[in-house]
Amino acid sequence: MKINERFYPILATVSVLALLYGYGIYEHRAFSDSYVLGNLLTDNAFLIITAVGMTFVILSGGIDLSVGSMIAFVGVLIAELVTGFGFHPLAAVAVALAIGTAFGAFMGLIVAKFDIQPFIVTLAGMFFLRGICFVINLDSVPIDHPFVSAVGDFKLPLPGRGWLSASALLMLATVMVGILIAHYTRFGRNVYAIGGDRHSAQLLGIPVEYTLIRVYALSGFFSALAGVVFAFYTASAYPLAATGVELDAIAAVVIGGTLLTGGMGFIAGTFFGGMIMGVIQILIAFDGSLNSWWTKIMIGALLFGFIVLQRVITRSFSGMRAEVQTA
Amino acid sequence: MADMTQPVLSVRGVGKTFPGVKALQGVDFDLAPGEIHALLGENGAGKSTLIKVITGVHPRDEGEVLLEGRVIAPEHPGEAQSLGISTVFQEVNLIPTLSVAENLMLERQVRRGGLIAWKQTAVQAREALKTLGLDIDVNRALGAYSVAVQQLVAIARAVSLDARVLILDEPTASLDSDEIQTLFRIMRELKAKGLGIIFVTHFLDQVYAVTDRITVLRNGRRVGTFVTAELDRVDLINQMLGRELAEVSAHRHRDGEQYRGLTHRIQVEGLGRKRMLNPVSLDLSGGEILGLAGLLGSGRTELSELIFGVHKADSGRVLLDGEPVSLRSPRHAIRAGVGLCPEDRKQDGIVAELSVRENIMLALQGRRGWLRPIPRGEQQALAEDMIAALGIATPDSEKPVGQLSGGNQQKVVLARWLVSKPVFLLLDEPTRGIDVGAHADIIQLIKTLCSEGLALLVASSELEEIVAFADRVAVMRDREKVSELSGDEITQNNIIEAIAQ
Amino acid sequence: MTSLHTQSGASAQRRIGLPRALMQRQWFAPLGALLLIIICMGLVSPGFLSIRVVDGHLYGSLIDVIHRGSSAALVAVGMAIVIGTRGIDLSVGSVIAISGAVMAVLISETDLPPWLIILAAVGSGVLCGLWNGVLVAYLEIQPIISTLILMVAGRGIAQMITGGQIVTFHGEFFEAIGSGYLLGIPWRVLIAAAVILLLWLTMRKTALGLFVEAVGGNARASRLAGIDSRGITLLAYVISGVCSAVAGIIIAADIRGADANNAGLWLELDAILAVVLGGAALMGGRFYLGATVIGVLIIQSLTTGILLSGLPSQYTLVVKAGVVLLVLLMQAPGFRRSMAAVLRRRQHED
Repeated sequence: MKINERFYPILATVSVLALLYGYGIYEHRAFSDSYVLGNLLTDNAFLIITAVGMTFVILSGGIDLSVGSMIAFVGVLIAELVTGFGFHPLAAVAVALAIGTAFGAFMGLIVAKFDIQPFIVTLAGMFFLRGICFVINLDSVPIDHPFVSAVGDFKLPLPGRGWLSASALLMLATVMVGILIAHYTRFGRNVYAIGGDRHSAQLLGIPVEYTLIRVYALSGFFSALAGVVFAFYTASAYPLAATGVELDAIAAVVIGGTLLTGGMGFIAGTFFGGMIMGVIQILIAFDGSLNSWWTKIMIGALLFGFIVLQRVITRSFSGMRAEVQTA
Repeated sequence: MADMTQPVLSVRGVGKTFPGVKALQGVDFDLAPGEIHALLGENGAGKSTLIKVITGVHPRDEGEVLLEGRVIAPEHPGEAQSLGISTVFQEVNLIPTLSVAENLMLERQVRRGGLIAWKQTAVQAREALKTLGLDIDVNRALGAYSVAVQQLVAIARAVSLDARVLILDEPTASLDSDEIQTLFRIMRELKAKGLGIIFVTHFLDQVYAVTDRITVLRNGRRVGTFVTAELDRVDLINQMLGRELAEVSAHRHRDGEQYRGLTHRIQVEGLGRKRMLNPVSLDLSGGEILGLAGLLGSGRTELSELIFGVHKADSGRVLLDGEPVSLRSPRHAIRAGVGLCPEDRKQDGIVAELSVRENIMLALQGRRGWLRPIPRGEQQALAEDMIAALGIATPDSEKPVGQLSGGNQQKVVLARWLVSKPVFLLLDEPTRGIDVGAHADIIQLIKTLCSEGLALLVASSELEEIVAFADRVAVMRDREKVSELSGDEITQNNIIEAIAQ
Repeated sequence: MTSLHTQSGASAQRRIGLPRALMQRQWFAPLGALLLIIICMGLVSPGFLSIRVVDGHLYGSLIDVIHRGSSAALVAVGMAIVIGTRGIDLSVGSVIAISGAVMAVLISETDLPPWLIILAAVGSGVLCGLWNGVLVAYLEIQPIISTLILMVAGRGIAQMITGGQIVTFHGEFFEAIGSGYLLGIPWRVLIAAAVILLLWLTMRKTALGLFVEAVGGNARASRLAGIDSRGITLLAYVISGVCSAVAGIIIAADIRGADANNAGLWLELDAILAVVLGGAALMGGRFYLGATVIGVLIIQSLTTGILLSGLPSQYTLVVKAGVVLLVLLMQAPGFRRSMAAVLRRRQHED
C-alpha cells in the first residue's frame, strides 16, 4: 500500500529538518549536545505557539496578520498591570489571555458575518493593537516581579548539558493541545472541512460562521499566550516587540506542510516548521562565514519549495474536480 | 408500485422569486415512500431551485413543504439532514482534502470522553460504505479517488444519515455505465427499504431504467406528474420542451434577402475530446444557419467550446476556406474570425463591473491589441449604434453591465461579437432566460446576421426557435452527433424523434 | 415602454447636471474626505495650513505631506493596478529595499554613469515583478502567497547586496533626487508625478487599463473575449515592481544610503489602504489611479496632522485601523445587508 498523499508535505518537512540537523551535527560537534536542542525549543517557543494558532486560521482558509502586534500588546499590558496596578503576574496573564481571545473572536465575527477578507480585517487588527501598545506605553519597560524571575529561572535538565525552560515546556504542551484540538475534536475537523471547501462544508451541515469565530478566537488566545511567553522570556515589554512575527509564523506553518489555501496540514508539522526556522538561524550563527541575511533567503527558498509542492498536490485534486465540471 | 396514500414529502404551491426571475411558481410535488421519482426539465426549468428550497439552501417565498405530514422550514441543508432529508448535490459536495472516513462521519464522529475515537469512526465509515458494496481505503483523501467513487461516498453519507428522503441531483453525470448500474442497484435497495428518492437527471434512458414516476418542470412551473411506464419517450420530450406533437410547424422559408456576396466555408472535421465529445463533423458556409439541437448534456456546449479553443480538442480540426484554424486558445480562434456567445453569460460572457461600452469593445480591442486603442469617439459611436440596433435597454453606454437585465446582458455579449466582425459565430443558447420581447429581437438579429453573410452555428433547446431559423439542423445525443436534417426534414417532430431514438 | 423609461431617466439626469456628474466621479468622496481632514487639522493646529517660501523653496505642512507622500504614492499606484487584476502585492517593501540596495552599491563601488545605475535599479524591480507575476499568472498560486515569498526573502536579498551594512553614498546627481528642487518643487515629487502621469497615460490612453479591469472583473470571460489574461496579470506585477523600484530610488536618494532592513517597511500596508480609500474594491475589476493618490494624501495628512497635534506619531496606527475597518465595512455587501435588515426592522416597528 502506498503512503497516504496527505502526508507528503509533512514528510518533506521532517526530512528537511533531519537533513539540516544532521548537517549541523556533521559540521559542528557542539550541535549534537542537548544544549542546542534546549535552546532551540526555548528561543522559538513564542514563535511556535503563535504558529499553532496560525495553523488553525490557515487550515480554515484564512490568515491572521495581527499576531505579532498581539504579542507586543500582551507584553505591554502585563507590564502595565503588574508594575502600574500591582496585579500578580498570574492575574495579569489571565486578563491578557481573556482580552486576546475576545479580540480574536471579534475579528472572527467580522470575517465570518460580513464576509470581508480575513487578510484585511486582521491587518486592521494589527494596526490597532500596535497602536494601543503605544497608547499604553512608548518605551521599553522591565517586568520586575519575583514570580516572573522564578519562572525565568526554572530549568528541567535534559541528558547532556541542556535543559528545558518553562517556555519550552509550555510550548510543547501547547503543541500537544493543538494536536488534540485539531485531530480529536469535531471543532478541529470542521476547521479542516471549511478550509477544504467552505461551500460544501455549509451544505454538509457544519456551522461555518460559528466555527470561524472560534478559529480566530483560538488564534487570539494562542498569540496572547505567545505574548505571555515572550514577556516572561525577556522579562520586559516593548511596544515594537515581535514585529514581523506574523510572517515568521506563516512561514513556519507553510514550511510545516500546511496548505496555504486551507484544509490540509498538521499541527505537528507546524512544530517542525518552526524548528526548521530555528535550526537555520543557529546554523548560520555557528557558521561564521555566512551572514544573517541568509536566514531570510533560505526561509524564502523553503517557502517557495513548499508552495510549489502544495501547488502540485492541489492540482492533482482540483484536476479531478475540473473533470466533474466539464463532464 | 409506490404507496400513494401518505406521501413522505409534499410540496404545496411553492414559489420562489430571485431578483428579476420567477424561479418557481405554485409548484406541487409529492414523493411517496418506496418510490423513485424523476424530476426533469431543461436548464432553468427550476429543478435545482426546487431542491434548494426543499433542503433549505434558499428560503421559499410562498407555499409549504411537508415531511410526513408536518410542515418543515429548514434553514440550511444541515437542518434538512437532521430532519431526514439527505441530498447529494450535482457537484460532489464533500471535502476533497479530508479522508473518506471523515467525509462520511463529519459532525457524527464517534467520541470517547469528548475526543474523537478514530478506530471506531473508521469502522462505522467502512460499514456505511459496505452497504453500497464499496470497499476502499477509508483513510485516503477523498480527492485521491475518481469522481465516481466520490459520488458513491456522497451517497453513502446521505444514506447513512437515517434519511427518509434521498435527493440525488444529477449524480450520474460523471459515472460510467458500470458505475451507473451500481448506483441503480443501490437505489433499488434503498427503495425496498422504504426511502423516497428524488432523482434528477437529463439522461432519459436512466429515467426509464429506474424511476416509478416523473415530474416535469418547465419555466418554474410544474407541467405534470406521470407514471413512468405510461409515458412514452416522445411524449416526455414534448413535455420537457413544451411542444405539442399536434402543432406541426413547417420549416421556415427564407423571408429575407439571400446573401450573395463572397462566402467563407467552414469545415469541422472529426473534432472531439475524450470524455467530452465524440468526434463531430460539420460543414457550413457564409449566409447559412446551422442549428444544433439536443437535450441538456448532449454535447451542444462542448462542441462550441472545442471549436472556439476553450478546451483543447484531442482529435480533429477546423478548416476555414480550406485552411486549418489554430484552436490553441480563444485568442487564436478570434484571430481566425470565430466568435462565441457562451451559454453562461454571467460566468463566461460579461464583465459585470465594466460599462456597456467597454463590454462591447472587449473582443475588438482584444484583437487589435493594447497598443492600438479604439479612439473614445469611435467606441462611443459603435456602442451607441449597437445599443440602438439591438435595442439594448440602458440609460447610457456607461452603465455597468451587471446592472442590466439578463436579456440586455445577452445583447451586449452579442454586440461584442458583432463589432469585431467574425466570419463564423457560435451562439450557445442565445435566448435562454430572457424575456419575450428580447427573445424576438434576438431571433430577428440572427436572421439579419445570416443575410449579411455570416456563418452561424446556433445551439438551442428551444425547438420552435431552431425550426424557425435554421437552414440545417445537427441533432446531438449522448455527446455525439446522431443525425443531420435539412430542408423540409426540419420539423419539431423529426428533431424530437432523432433525440428520442 | 422600456425606451420611454430610459428617455425620462436620461433627461432627469441632464437636469440635475453638473453636481450629480461630479458626485459620481470616483475621486469625489476621497477628495471630500481629504479636504475635511485638512480643514480639521487646520482648526486643531493652525500652522498646518500655512505655506511659506524660503530660499525659493516651498515650505509648510501641506508641502510636507506631498513630499513625504511621493514614495508611498508611487507604490500605491502600482498596487492599485495589481488589485485591479484581483491580486495583491505584498512584496513592495522588499522591492524598495532591493532597488535601493542595488543603487547604493553601484554608486559607491562603481563609476557607472547615473542613468545606467538608475536603469539597473529599475531593472531589479522588473525582475521582482516578473518573479511575482510568473507565480501568480502561470503557476496560478494565490497572489497573497506568491508575493509573500519575495516579501520574506526580499529583505535578505537586499542585505546580501549591501553586505549587511547600511551603504551610504555621495553624488550630486542622487542627492539632488533626494532633496533637490526644481522651480521650488522637490525633485522627488516631480519624479513621482511624472511616473504616475506616465502610468496613467499608458493605462487610460491605450487599452491596457481596460484589459486590466476586464481580467480583474472576470478573468474567464476576458479570456473568452480574446484577451491574454495571463500576460496582463504578469504585466501588472511588473508595473508594481517598477513603481516600487522607483520609490526605492527616491527613498535611498533621500537618506543617501540603503537601509535593507527598514527602507519601505510597512509601506505595503499604507499602499493597500490608499487603494481601498481610493474606492477600489479588493475584489478587483476597477482601479483609480487619481483616487489612489488622494488616498495616499489622506493617510499622509493624518500622519502629519497627528504629529503636529502633539500626540505621539504611533497614534496614527489606531486611527488607520479605525479608518480601514470603517471603509471595509461600508464596502462589504454582508454589512450592507445586515444594516438594511436592521433598518427594515425599525420601519416595521414604527
